Amino acid sequence: MRLVLGKIDVLGPSIRRFTLSPVSGVLPVAGAGAHVVLEIPGPGRVWKNAYSIVSTPSSASYEIIVRRVEHSRGGSAWLHDHARVGDVLEVQAPQNLFPPSRTSRRHLLLSAGIGITPFLSYLHVPGLSFEWHHCGKAEDAAAFAALLPETVTLHTGRNTLNLAALLAAQKLDTHLSLCGPESFMDFALAAAEHAGWPGQKIHKESFGGATGGAPFIVHLRRSGQSIHVGAEESLLDAMEAAGLVPPCLCRGGACGECKLPVLEGVVEHHDHYLSSSERAANDAIMTCVSRARTTEITLDF
Amino acid sequence: MTLILKPAETFRGDYTYRNSDEAILRFPFPFPENIYMYAVNVEPHVRGGPTAAYDAVFDIDEHYVGDMADRAITLAEDPLRCQVLPHMAEAEWDTLELLMESLSSDYPEHFTLTKNGDEWHWVNRPLGIDEHFTFGRRETLPYGPFEYITRQVQGDFSIQDQRDGTLYMDGGMVTSQADWSLNFDIGMNFHEWHGPVPLAHEAGVFDRALQYLLRLQHGKPVRRLNWTLTANPRLDTSPENYPMWGAEKAEISPENVGHRMCLRVEVQTLTRLPRSNAILFGIRGYLIRLEELARVKKWALRMHRVIRDLHPLIIEYKGMPRYRQFIIDYLASFDDGTVLNSGTAPEQDSL
Repeated sequence: MRLVLGKIDVLGPSIRRFTLSPVSGVLPVAGAGAHVVLEIPGPGRVWKNAYSIVSTPSSASYEIIVRRVEHSRGGSAWLHDHARVGDVLEVQAPQNLFPPSRTSRRHLLLSAGIGITPFLSYLHVPGLSFEWHHCGKAEDAAAFAALLPETVTLHTGRNTLNLAALLAAQKLDTHLSLCGPESFMDFALAAAEHAGWPGQKIHKESFGGATGGAPFIVHLRRSGQSIHVGAEESLLDAMEAAGLVPPCLCRGGACGECKLPVLEGVVEHHDHYLSSSERAANDAIMTCVSRARTTEITLDF
Repeated sequence: MTLILKPAETFRGDYTYRNSDEAILRFPFPFPENIYMYAVNVEPHVRGGPTAAYDAVFDIDEHYVGDMADRAITLAEDPLRCQVLPHMAEAEWDTLELLMESLSSDYPEHFTLTKNGDEWHWVNRPLGIDEHFTFGRRETLPYGPFEYITRQVQGDFSIQDQRDGTLYMDGGMVTSQADWSLNFDIGMNFHEWHGPVPLAHEAGVFDRALQYLLRLQHGKPVRRLNWTLTANPRLDTSPENYPMWGAEKAEISPENVGHRMCLRVEVQTLTRLPRSNAILFGIRGYLIRLEELARVKKWALRMHRVIRDLHPLIIEYKGMPRYRQFIIDYLASFDDGTVLNSGTAPEQDSL
């Protein structure tokens, strides 16, 4: 669908909110946790970036909040530096890979940085009982404070969040949801595991995962192509830039749609989809976030 | 083409249910090949298919009024046929919105939906309903939103919550089922409620189907067909009421099998619901007497061959050992050995 940029709000030095309205017709409903994929024009190619929808489910336009990534792949830099009100973007229909657990009586939400966005959409769920702690840099404090209801605790200094004590104090029917940078989630997961939380009571969303790394060459056996994957691009991006249409959906290592069989080479897994035994088998790769550990890798595609 | 609805027929007692010629030709016949076996037979639910039954997102047909009256009778006797667990409230509104929008857009002569923000106005002319209500506020409707709308749409429905890497049957309206019970299955996960099905577990069918459904996308519904045989055109073949219909199976004889025995086909649709991220599972059942079905030559021949060569475990699971031979003998009289094309289209325009 084609959406027009209706409004751009500057929330902080590197954080902006974009409002997207339909060129014609009515937008599909987007529930709590849903995201859209924007197709962003770049030099010689199109970036496809996923952003959480923070507006209410039946609102007439989608709102997304985007941080300008320091070493941007292109998408967030274009939105911050080049996007203008009135620009028309191709946007894929919303999908939801991070819905709140509706069977839980209470929720502990922990977010960091731009990981604030999916939980902003949780605020629209009727009757959701939650305790929310958000961590951010001091320079973003004003921007985050303006977005959050008063009940949310905002941590902008080091060590103001005593995670171990917070996790230990929760009741048994609490569900833990995490969103933020990889290092933040790893830390919180380890703390939760240490406090005895069962895996079923935790869910997390990753965003902006590791796309870059050492360059490598991918050989695609059925397509008969060999493609160079650069240090700053993902395997999926490189395949698309070469004119291929490999399967994909979330572009964040969560949905499993882009899984391809590995014939030769060793995979460096960055996804959240494969189990540890599936990773160890080294026979499948999620092209949106994972890379080759070897200088070359051969896939069945 | 305007859909003409018949006056209410009965699906119990005197069984006045009949299919018109048009209804026979639009029947969603389920067997594309001469051999039947379980498979992950899922395809995109797009408009258009081998018959007109696939033209609408949620199909309404000539039997609508009687079908809904039969549901009301069943619910009056057993309110537990409709249950929704408390955490599925958003999925209830999702369902109401989807069904009202689909019906009013596909059958504007029968259904009208007017929205003014959250103030909605719903008109169902065949059932004489004219309702003003507030979307999101259950106290403005005479039933919960899921029960309210599924009392007005043909086919059974369940709403399935997605969590912990599987689906849970956490709500449903089930009054025309092929011998399964919502009251028994509610709260079960995908593998649990499919537990009784033979062969398919071992073949990995349910593991693959579940992985596929967990990734079902908003705006891209899918469908599959299922089938069984029912003695008399009875909608309520539930375990709860087995004493009321079980005995009718024993009354099937070589003389009455063509008239009484019905092929029952379910067009099952799966739609991702946007607010709740739940899945709406529609089980739209169609009944056709064998004597009606046999008026389409291809279907008589195909069905004869499928039933004759069916796997023994499927024969048992679908409850047909008692009368299977009668069906084979009845349909054999139509089978001249003609080689049939693949596919389910009737390949004739009139009867």
